[in-house]
Amino acid sequence: MNSLDAGREQVIATYNFAYLDEQTKRMIRRAILKSIAVPGYQVPFASREMPMPYGWGTGGVQVTAAIIGPDDRLKVIDQGADDTTNAISIRKFFERTTGVETTTLTADASIIQTRHRIPETPLTAGQILVFQVPIPEPLRFLEPRETETRTMHALEEYGVMHVKLYEDIARHGHIATTYAYPVKVEGRYVTDPSPTPKFDNPKMHRNPALQLFGAGREMRIYAIPPWTEVVSLDFEDHPFEVQAFERPCALCGADDVFLDEVITDDRGGRMFVCSDTDHCNTRQAEGHAGEQEA
Amino acid sequence: MQDNDPPLMRVVNLTHMYGDRIGCRDVSFDLYPGEVLAVVGESGSGKTTLLNCVSGRQQCSAGTISYRMRDRRLQDLNAMSEAERRFLMRTDWGFVHQNPADGLRMNVSAGANVGERLMAVGQRHYGRIRETADDWLGRVEIGHDRIDDRPGTFSGGMRQRLQIARNLVTGPRLVFMDEPTGGLDVSVQARLLDLLRGLVDDLGLSAIVVTHDLAVARLLSQRMMVMKDGQVIETGLTDRVLDDPQAPYTQLLVSSILQV
Repeated sequence: MNSLDAGREQVIATYNFAYLDEQTKRMIRRAILKSIAVPGYQVPFASREMPMPYGWGTGGVQVTAAIIGPDDRLKVIDQGADDTTNAISIRKFFERTTGVETTTLTADASIIQTRHRIPETPLTAGQILVFQVPIPEPLRFLEPRETETRTMHALEEYGVMHVKLYEDIARHGHIATTYAYPVKVEGRYVTDPSPTPKFDNPKMHRNPALQLFGAGREMRIYAIPPWTEVVSLDFEDHPFEVQAFERPCALCGADDVFLDEVITDDRGGRMFVCSDTDHCNTRQAEGHAGEQEA
Repeated sequence: MQDNDPPLMRVVNLTHMYGDRIGCRDVSFDLYPGEVLAVVGESGSGKTTLLNCVSGRQQCSAGTISYRMRDRRLQDLNAMSEAERRFLMRTDWGFVHQNPADGLRMNVSAGANVGERLMAVGQRHYGRIRETADDWLGRVEIGHDRIDDRPGTFSGGMRQRLQIARNLVTGPRLVFMDEPTGGLDVSVQARLLDLLRGLVDDLGLSAIVVTHDLAVARLLSQRMMVMKDGQVIETGLTDRVLDDPQAPYTQLLVSSILQV
């Protein structure tokens, strides 16, 4: 029945390879193919109940389950880290249900499921990045009616997206949206890059890897195929800018990465470290050191 | 109107049915550039149905509505694609709702409300959008210091003026108004009417104003239609209809105005 399984023993006898049954995977693959054909367009799919709560990445897990094969090597990150609860539970889930190799090295992985970050190590052709998406509709908070947002997408009525950015500048003096920053994909669909920091938006542009987005609760899949134009929306006199950090990573000294603030005590002590743990570890192994390690 | 000045909008035998009930029936009129047409009648006479149909917000059951586009071509609204119709609605037309909350984005600032149509037609320069918004707030007598306040903090009259600015910012040629002064107290009504009359004159706007208030019709419009039970029972120059009403219902309507 399962071509991927041919010649391979089931890891758990009672579950199909990668948990989902083959008909479900076919349905999801169809949605994925359509989403790749129409970059940035949200394709509805019959999202299944997964053995984890909504908000934990049920959409991303279903996309990964539909595309993973026995020869893949999986990496799972949560806010850039390989060692947080969400990342570990999803990695264990696929270890048990597929038996595929897992890794924490970005360069070694063929599939990377991510919650809200794009790895700092540049992705290469052939890799697939799977995003967990809570709210796929970028127009949702401006227009609550689904029928209306679909019409707006169909007719390319995106003026209201700029109303949000206008409002930001009017209130804060600059575009204060820092995550889920809207992008236009291949000059057509305005798309929510999931709640990744806008720091990662430029990495989506003409990325050689395939980027898939799964929203389980909202039942939508969308995609940014390799080498696709991804432009962050902005104003002529207030161009798009990424966050800048005042100091480098305290552990590895990197100054071109996205940093997390970590509170170290209850007397105001804090440090800034790489949000991408793999990138940080790799750099430390190469001998780079920040102020804490020096 | 002169013969060589073709109508801006031509409505022929417009009918709208709600199931077996009549919304409006066999309404025909021409609207000329720069003309304000008032539609009056009691509640339930089909005024709002008529307005929704001619403004493309509601599909009519029968009849044709044609609009003269900027290239002077007369085009049938029902034959247009939805994309064209919606583009027309946010560039060449305006719609002023009775309740400003229906026509405004209540959760964004006044400036963003006025700027929305500009951004919808592709303006991408924050400074210029803000300048235009500021200019329009001034023209509808809203203080410049209120540009970053949300409409929720505005009074009813200010909201209505903001709604008007939001509609006029793209320089529409035709504005639909549904009871623009409804729900406002009389002194605020008077100011709003003054403002509207000035704007209509300055910009050479055409307008269709639905109202049950004959004073509004008298002040704003050149021509009026009186509706009852979904049909037009009398039409003519506003002063003529109000001073010398012909149909019995119009006579009743005119004589019902309270004299203070």
